[in-house]
Amino acid sequence: MKDTSMTKNIKISANNIDVYYGEKHAIKDVSVQIEDKTVTAFIGPSGCGKSTFLRCINRMNDTIDIARVTGHIAIDGEDIYDPRVDPVQLRAKVGMVFQKPNPFPKSIYDNVAYGPKIHGLSRNKAELDEIVEKSLRRGALWEEVKDRLHEPGTGLSGGQQQRLCIARAVATEPEVLLMDEPCSALDPIATAQVEELIDELRQSFSVVIVTHSMQQAARVSQKTAFFHLGNMVEYDETDKIFTNPEDPRTESYISGRIG
Amino acid sequence: MTSKSLLTEDKRTKARNAAERRFKSYGVAAIAVAMMALAILLTSVIVKGIGAFSQTYVTIDITLPADRLDKDGNRDPAEMAGVTTIGYASVLRDGLIDTLAAAGIETEVSDRDIGDMISKEASATVRNRVLANPDLIGETVNFNLLADGRIDGFFKGRVTMETASRDQNVSPEQLVLAEQMAEAGIIETRINWAFLSLPDASDQRPEAAGLGVAILGSLYMMIVVLVLALPIAVAASIYLEEFAPKNRWTDIIEVNIANLAAVPSIVYGILGLAIFINFMEFNQSSPLVGGLVLTLMTLPTIIISTRAALKSVPPSIRDAALGVGASKMQSVFHHVLPLAAPGILTGTIIGLAQALGETAPLLLIGMVAFVRDYPQAFSDSAGLFGDPSTALPVQIYNWTQRSDPAFVERAQGAIIVLLVFLLIMNAAAIILRRKFERRW
Ligand SMILES: Nc1ncnc2c1ncn2[C@@H]1O[C@H](COP(=O)(O)OP(=O)(O)O)[C@@H](O)[C@H]1O
Ligand SMILES: [Mg+2]
Repeated sequence: MKDTSMTKNIKISANNIDVYYGEKHAIKDVSVQIEDKTVTAFIGPSGCGKSTFLRCINRMNDTIDIARVTGHIAIDGEDIYDPRVDPVQLRAKVGMVFQKPNPFPKSIYDNVAYGPKIHGLSRNKAELDEIVEKSLRRGALWEEVKDRLHEPGTGLSGGQQQRLCIARAVATEPEVLLMDEPCSALDPIATAQVEELIDELRQSFSVVIVTHSMQQAARVSQKTAFFHLGNMVEYDETDKIFTNPEDPRTESYISGRIG
Repeated sequence: MTSKSLLTEDKRTKARNAAERRFKSYGVAAIAVAMMALAILLTSVIVKGIGAFSQTYVTIDITLPADRLDKDGNRDPAEMAGVTTIGYASVLRDGLIDTLAAAGIETEVSDRDIGDMISKEASATVRNRVLANPDLIGETVNFNLLADGRIDGFFKGRVTMETASRDQNVSPEQLVLAEQMAEAGIIETRINWAFLSLPDASDQRPEAAGLGVAILGSLYMMIVVLVLALPIAVAASIYLEEFAPKNRWTDIIEVNIANLAAVPSIVYGILGLAIFINFMEFNQSSPLVGGLVLTLMTLPTIIISTRAALKSVPPSIRDAALGVGASKMQSVFHHVLPLAAPGILTGTIIGLAQALGETAPLLLIGMVAFVRDYPQAFSDSAGLFGDPSTALPVQIYNWTQRSDPAFVERAQGAIIVLLVFLLIMNAAAIILRRKFERRW
């Protein structure tokens, strides 16, 4: 997908981020400006810190005892590591989709309705129904499940489960959507469906996707960041990264020599 | 070299298959031994204990004589209470002698020995009924009275002519008479649910002893254990598993909980004696203290199984909840806990079952006392669960200590009751588990 628009607003601005797991220095002085209404891909060999960096953006690293994050990340100019920020509120604004589809062992309806319920986004059942339908439509799942909303979400196929998780994430009306290898557990057809969906989600959100597949990055993203051994080596327009990278490490990863 | 045929086993395959067959047969043998031991145990308990659920009764019409039971003739229960059970015993004896005569049974047995064939408990039963309803005096009333334990034993095969000839409490002549009475329909052995409701009885009246007090005491203790142990254990487990930082202190706590689960139960009894009775001055022998001691004992079991249940909930569920902006507590209470519930329930019921069968600590806090009054759940003088009581396993222990073999039968019967309760609890654990797990 080509980036059609002119310059966009900066949604997320990360500066001098370092992450440590105990002694291990997993992210080394990474700075990146992520645009609104754009799909940004993080690529790099496994273990280079893509997920770790992604988890900084919704402070999921807070839930790991030994993880320590330094530096500044601002969303719309507000520092999310400010002591006044409640990570719970932040995560309503920054949704996340995980590598392995992880629907709650509840009905499809309850999966989607859970976020809106705990954040008080609906005043009554009718409004909640509306949110659920809208979210499932955005997750490109509505047509497949509208007749069985009260069946367990865990009974869906892998690809459907992942789209359910996406619907669940968008139901809380986030502004940023983080996706950590959302297609790695899916078959090619389900992957294609989810990729198509990601392109649509770009209309409403700033999407950050971690992927180990360069083809996928090339297909869905407008911007790409290449990580290597905890460093962010290069960050540019996706086209540029794949056709004319600046850094020799990017070059060799793209051409299949590392990773 | 020709290639090997697939149709013949080579040496290695043969040896491997033989080893596998051997291993399977060891397994089958082990299970067979276990099943046999269980079968023998159950049969022996049931064969010996089933007798406790039937009891021999003497049915006689007695005309309650006013001149002996109400000398002043004013039907005032307060004055009628002056006649003791000894007075009633002679009335019953005469009633039985008359009944025998009416049935045309002739016997050499002395009047006194005829009277002794009725349980000593019977005179108290009749006296209570008369005092409760003085108008019965002068009437002819049909009474169903407990037969003496030896007579009862004769109809259940525990007492024979041979043992009776060596027994001071019963003579072969009495047994012959009992047989005649049975033919005449005066004496009859029938099912005895009162075994479950009557209180304990003294050494001389095994026929009147029941489990009522013990069952109530055990029930009260289970309530105390459930109400205290479940919330405390679940709260502790959730905190340790989901919230507490993993450091040296939590490690120490963890090791200690595991150790506590292995502490011999009698140690908890000593602890309970020191803390709850000597220091906090709760009533001795009370279900409250028993329940507290059993709570302490059960806590580690429930904590360990609850933590295991929490651990088995996949972390991806927690991530999912946190990811949509649930707080830690919401993620635990909305998602983790419901998934862990079957495991927690099973652990709790197993803990309760353990507590129900526990004897040693209860002996130490005095629950082995002889108690005839049903304990109240609450009373002004003793407070909540403060009345003296016994418990099922202690009652069993207590009865096996008594000399009359009739009590051994009752102890075996009590074991059946205890086993039935344990079975019900385990079945409940399985059913609840299925029910919760079937949600998907
Ligand atoms: N919870 C954790 N505890 C300790 N080390 C971790 C943890 N998560 C990731 N790491 C380490 O941090 C590095 C980066 O991991 P990750 O961000 O998962 O890489 P990627 O997603 O790019 O494969 C790896 O070396 C990994 O071993
Ligand atoms: Mg990763």
